[in-house]
Amino acid sequence: MEEESDTRKINNSFLRDHNYATEADIISTVEFNSTGELLATGDKGGRVVVFQREQESKSQPHRRGEYNVYSTFQSHEPEFDYLKSLEIEEKINKIKWLPQQNAAYFLLSTNDKTVKLWKISERDKRPEGYNLKDEDGRIRDPSTITSLRVPVLQPMDLMVEATARRIFSNAHTYHINSISVNSDLQTFISTDDLRVNLWNLEITDRSFNIVDIKPANMEELTEVITSAEFHPQQCHTFAYSSSKGSIRLCDMRLAALCDKHCKYFEEPEDPATRSFFSEIISSISDVKFSHNGRYLMTRDYLTVKVWDLQMENKPVETYQVHDYLRGKLCSLYENDCIFDKFECVWNGSDSVIMTGSYNNFFRMFDRNTKRDVTLEASRENSKPRAILKPRKVCVGGKRRKDEISVDSLDFSKKILHTTWHPHENIIAVAATNNLYIFQDKVN
Amino acid sequence: MFPKGTKRKFSDPVEEPASSGDQGPAAPPAAARTLSSSYSLQRQSLLDMSLIKLQLCHMLVEPNLCRSVLIANTVRQIQEEMTQDGTWQIMTQALAAAQCPADRLVATEVLCRQTETGAQPGQSPKPFPVVGLEEGYHSEEVVMEGEVETEVTMSPQLSTNSYLAGPFGMGPCWDEEDDDGDCEEEEEEEEDSEECMSEGDDADRDHLSADSRTGDQVFGTFEIKHPAPPPDPALEELFSDVDPSYYDLDTVLTGMQSTPKMGPYDLLESLSSHTPTALSSSSSCRSDLNELDHIMEIIVGS
Repeated sequence: MEEESDTRKINNSFLRDHNYATEADIISTVEFNSTGELLATGDKGGRVVVFQREQESKSQPHRRGEYNVYSTFQSHEPEFDYLKSLEIEEKINKIKWLPQQNAAYFLLSTNDKTVKLWKISERDKRPEGYNLKDEDGRIRDPSTITSLRVPVLQPMDLMVEATARRIFSNAHTYHINSISVNSDLQTFISTDDLRVNLWNLEITDRSFNIVDIKPANMEELTEVITSAEFHPQQCHTFAYSSSKGSIRLCDMRLAALCDKHCKYFEEPEDPATRSFFSEIISSISDVKFSHNGRYLMTRDYLTVKVWDLQMENKPVETYQVHDYLRGKLCSLYENDCIFDKFECVWNGSDSVIMTGSYNNFFRMFDRNTKRDVTLEASRENSKPRAILKPRKVCVGGKRRKDEISVDSLDFSKKILHTTWHPHENIIAVAATNNLYIFQDKVN
Repeated sequence: MFPKGTKRKFSDPVEEPASSGDQGPAAPPAAARTLSSSYSLQRQSLLDMSLIKLQLCHMLVEPNLCRSVLIANTVRQIQEEMTQDGTWQIMTQALAAAQCPADRLVATEVLCRQTETGAQPGQSPKPFPVVGLEEGYHSEEVVMEGEVETEVTMSPQLSTNSYLAGPFGMGPCWDEEDDDGDCEEEEEEEEDSEECMSEGDDADRDHLSADSRTGDQVFGTFEIKHPAPPPDPALEELFSDVDPSYYDLDTVLTGMQSTPKMGPYDLLESLSSHTPTALSSSSSCRSDLNELDHIMEIIVGS
């Protein structure tokens, strides 16, 4: 894959000695819209930055539709919950685009507690020739007006404005971890640790609770919901994953409260590899339906699994992301890395899946050829427009020249968030506070 | 380095076994359950580590429920295994018989202390509630020498932000606006709710008096008595102005190539050797200190 030039570094000036950027700039989510024309990123500071792909021009064929900043806005602000004396982080947990229905773009962005619907629209004309105001905006004295004119729209510099159209709040006691827009384009779900709520995009003062796994006695709590997503075509079907490594598929037509699942996907544990960390590493951090709606992909700490919706007792494919970490689980537990939530993503044709790892590595698995590759998102190790070199981690014994040993992996450089263009081979990878966009090599 | 409970005397006083880089102890086959001392050590250290993790809640933001649940499940698993081994009873008895020396890890002791109803030998413990609300638990109030002021000032902040005590089952921490759902828990949590709700002054005062509370917020008053080692200037420099959430990564792995690998005990040490302002100050996006002080005043009611 070829690397593009626009690596965005939002706020460079606060870098410290050991190269940590301001925490607010850490990218917390990335998402292409349904056409791939726009790419949105959310960060820990509650900001959303939207990139737009350039129109390809014949005069500069090598600049194949690069992404430039289109709009930046502050989506969420930090809040304080006075009842519990706790801060509500402004970090954007997820962004989901709505399919475009008119000239404006709409996206949902959420922090731990509140989902907001943003409208991003362009303005490139403005009316001139008001009757009651002059060009500066000052009110004209009515007695000086002797004739009426019709204001005319004149072109102006393009302005992109974002306005919050809906605010969906006060429905979540726990932290929202995911949102998903329904294929009916009228409803969406927001999911926290214990509940899934269904909303209508037009109605902000009401939401329906469709899954509730909170036990009567909180002391008996042993399992939480980690992610949920609507089926891409069936508007009545959604799936949610749990911290115990299971996925439940629910049909909203069966009951108002979908506590009874239709399908339950879980792979029995391999007794040979059982340890005290087995449960933690089986916790699913992300669940994604394939574009064709026939498969589900789940990411747990060490693997990515592809499930056929028709087969509940085991996944059809399992890919090892970084199995060399299996011997380091205790250290990773100690430094909390074992709780990192990696995302996973399908390509447009569902033939390749991608997920992140440590040391700014990310992995791609081709489901057909069964080949996989490890790539690195790093400015130091690759030049812009250079083809990325596959990386390799060596587990023990002799380390070859280009290999990296497990012990020298940088666990603070993790790639948790990635997204794939819906049709083309363009990927966006968030590495802490940097955004990398990679494209396929052009012949 | 904090002691690791009774197992210490069976082991070499070396770095914790976990740092050898091994995977956490795999459960030995039930048939041949010969507990090697290294396995027990690993298991014990894992237990201690987990308990500390449960207590080290973030200062201002609600703790991550998923993480807490996973850690609690791990603790429960260890506890169950130790009960089956009979190790649990041994540890309980040993601790009960011991003089409760000052440098013991409160969490372990508290965990092992029998409830008044008394668990029969061999009976598996009831699901480890993490809450630890039963009578008979009390926290040892111990104070860091030489760091008294910082420790004491930090704690009220910890406890007045009532989420601190145990990740769940504690009214204010998990159960927020769901009043109806909490009725059943009220009895158990009464004391804690009181503790939590009264916040401010009560917590302050309780904090400073030793051994005073039963049914206490076990994890909320967790303090270690240990003379803090002279702070490493490199550590200090690294820690200054770094957001608390970075401690987990920075200090343990990436920033620390030159210093020995830190365990959670070191982490606790270094955290408490900090001024409360540095510890509680968040990234530039969070409330600034003035706001925080103001809020604290409101809560403390002073």
